[in-house]
Amino acid sequence: MLTKRIIACLDVRSGRVVKGVQFLDLIDAGDPAELAKRHATAGADEIVLLDITATHEGRGTLLDTVRRTAKELFIPFTVGGGIRSAEEAAAVFDAGADKVSINSAAIAHPELIDAIGRSFGAQAVIVAIDARRVAGRPVNEAEVFVSGGRTRTGRRVTEWAHEAEARGAGEILLTSMDADGTRAGFDCELTAMVSEAVEIPVIASGGAGSAEHFAHVFQAGKAHAALAASIFHFGIADVRALKQELAQLGVAMRLPC
Amino acid sequence: MIPVTVIDYKAGNLTSVVKALNYLGADVTVTDRAEEVKAASRVILPGVGHFAATSRLDETEVTDALREVIARGVPFLGICVGMQWLLSGSMEATGQPGLGYFQGWCERFPEGSEKVPHVGWDHILTRTTPASRLFAGVEQDEFVYYTHSYYVPTTILRNGLSQRPGENPIAASTNYIKTFAAAVEHENVMGVQFHPEKSSAAGLRVLKNFLEF
Repeated sequence: MLTKRIIACLDVRSGRVVKGVQFLDLIDAGDPAELAKRHATAGADEIVLLDITATHEGRGTLLDTVRRTAKELFIPFTVGGGIRSAEEAAAVFDAGADKVSINSAAIAHPELIDAIGRSFGAQAVIVAIDARRVAGRPVNEAEVFVSGGRTRTGRRVTEWAHEAEARGAGEILLTSMDADGTRAGFDCELTAMVSEAVEIPVIASGGAGSAEHFAHVFQAGKAHAALAASIFHFGIADVRALKQELAQLGVAMRLPC
Repeated sequence: MIPVTVIDYKAGNLTSVVKALNYLGADVTVTDRAEEVKAASRVILPGVGHFAATSRLDETEVTDALREVIARGVPFLGICVGMQWLLSGSMEATGQPGLGYFQGWCERFPEGSEKVPHVGWDHILTRTTPASRLFAGVEQDEFVYYTHSYYVPTTILRNGLSQRPGENPIAASTNYIKTFAAAVEHENVMGVQFHPEKSSAAGLRVLKNFLEF
């Protein structure tokens, strides 16, 4: 039976994992290679490394970080954040990533999805969608935002998810901006809407706070995988404990020995 | 250091496979040249991407070189599309023949009940009679990482052989929508549909078994 995936996300700035507190102060949460390995040992099914370094000079550091992190990581490894061209994606693959996650650049140049898929296979392209609901309106009017959630695109989430799939995306990483950082649970209604609209797997993100939240997004939200960052840092909820709890709640999990 | 030749046919990313082999202490040569393939003592044909990309193996005469080394008894491991290529062909690119080492065609998962592609960690059931060499030391029901839309049916056969134990080439199977071949193994020719380089300890064990085959 295909298991539900628990994906540990590392937000990286200038080669260090950082953790935001109320979206502002970033605290140092450690070395990416070390943390990735620790999560993998604890049973994480995949690792996502999101580069939040805004500056161009940080890109060289990113490739070095990817190389170091990939070196002894033998589970799927995705890298995202600021990838703007097929050449940049190729450099990240060459450094050891298995998949890239693209967001703002895909909205600006949707043909980037086709281009990366052609060279590296559809399985290597994750289209990340940052979604925000419109106050007082139904979920199907939720909109896509880019540039770290700062810019409205005016596009509806399912319509963009459809286009991404048609262009050859292998998976959708759906972040609910409304739920993100709240630890009050995933937006299951939004996740289910997208999961039902596309054939490719949907990874839910934003709002993880407890094992019940994950169980809920896998069941009611129809997610195939769920991603969490901050709850795994500092050992608050380790992947192993989370997966054991989910297995007890009846969710199909790969449990490490 | 065990020498192993990894074939580059310009389809996808070889970094992960090479990295895992290096980690296991292998001496890895990456090549797209038929001459180098002919000199190989152990060969891996990786592959993520489209079956049509294997046409490059024909153009570069690597197909003939592989047929020659396989006949000589050189251990061969195909990964993902590399395993599918051992068949007669694939519904993904019907005009592009495979090696035809096994008789049968790769098929696409039917859409409807479950997501296609099949992405994620799934169970394998390994063959016990006779025991698979590729899966020695791998627990029954172990999890491995998959990402594919086409699969090798469990009905494939090796020339003139049957599905009886000892003749059946299926070394492991997985059930997703239907039961398909997770791995094939006949004499020195092996293939895995999953990605051993991404399947944690179980995957590394499969690669190690291949290096020691």
